[in-house]
Order: sequence, then C-alpha cells, then structure tokens
Amino acid sequence: MNLKIALFGIAREIVGQSTLEVAAPEGQSVQELLARLQQEYPALNRLSSLAVAVNNEYASDDAPLHERDEIALIPPVSGG
Amino acid sequence: MITIDLIDQPIDVNAALQTVEDDGAGAINTFIGTVRNKSTGRPVIRLEYEAYDSMALHQLRKVAEQAQQQWPMLRKVTVIHRKGTLNIGDVAVIVAVSTPHRAESFAACQYIIDTLKQVVTIWKKEFYEDGDVWVAAHP
Repeated sequence: MNLKIALFGIAREIVGQSTLEVAAPEGQSVQELLARLQQEYPALNRLSSLAVAVNNEYASDDAPLHERDEIALIPPVSGG
Repeated sequence: MITIDLIDQPIDVNAALQTVEDDGAGAINTFIGTVRNKSTGRPVIRLEYEAYDSMALHQLRKVAEQAQQQWPMLRKVTVIHRKGTLNIGDVAVIVAVSTPHRAESFAACQYIIDTLKQVVTIWKKEFYEDGDVWVAAHP
C-alpha cells in the first residue's frame, strides 16, 4: 500500500517537503513507520518528541496504518 | 455552547467575548495570549504560526468538551487561535469561558489554555535579528 504523510513545522523543514508518499506493507504499525522515517531523516531523532496522527487523532505506537488513513507527522507542538 | 476557530486575520477580542455572554453566567474569564518581544533573553522580531488545521480544530473542540465534562456548570466556551505571521503585541490566542460563579471560570480557562499548549497541532517559529527557531522542537 501507499501511505501519504503530511508534514508540519520542523518535520516539514527536515524532510524538505510538505507531504511524503511511502510504500509500506499493509497494516504497518505507527512505530515501524516512525523508525523508517527516523532512519531516512536522522534529524528527526533530535526532536523532543515525534508523534503520528491518524485521521486527526494521536495514534499509539502499535496502531496499524491503512492506505486511506490521513497520516501526519507531529513534531513538538507550540501553540498558544 | 462551544465556539472554535483558527484564523489568519487579527482576532476580534470584543466579538469573542460576546460569544460567551450568557444570562446564567455571573463570571466571564478570559485568557489572551500575546506576542512577546523577547524569548529566553533574545529579542524577537515576529512569529509565524503554522497549523494542521483539521486536527487542530478537532483537538480544540475536544479540549473544550473535556472542560465541559470536568466543569458541567460551564455555560459557553470560545477558543480562537491565530495563524500566519504575527508581530509583537498581536493576539495569538483567546480563551473565554462563562460560568455561574468565578472559581470555576478561572479553573476551566486555565485548563483549556494549558491543555491546548500540550495537544493542539499548532507550531510557532520565532524570528530574531540573526535567525529563527521552531519553539520547543529540541530538548
């Protein structure tokens, strides 16, 4: 399956684009996706935190991902 | 009643306050977050806020709903956050709540702004004379 990942803030700057498309085995977990991205973009490892959102909710590490999910990489938030 | 918004125009504070007026309320409590001219001692020139809009709006509503569950006497809640480029003194966020009595209005207002800062998908970049930094990005 192909996953589309939206990127924001410093994660967008590290990757150099605002969306990423990656091929992944069906049901790949959040943790597996994060590990891949952190390996490909080592600067992501230096962030205070890095979460994944699926369909506008924070996802747990073991949550499986699906092709139609709206996925986003969430670096440390700093609103307010 | 909950009013949530994320806008790229200046926040109208008076209009926001009107949205929480309620005949059953004896208290309206407001938090207004403004752009400060210094950050850890470094002069700040301007800020840029970036948002993941759909998630930010969804999470803002959830925070307001959690406040309503925790303080069932809450009459009205309004949270408006600005995005885009902001200058020193600009209003970045307003939280306004109305309650029958004042104690709950302080508590609910503080809960909402504190939780917003932890979970809502908005990112702030500070610009200085000699560079810029994504706030809180690194330990």
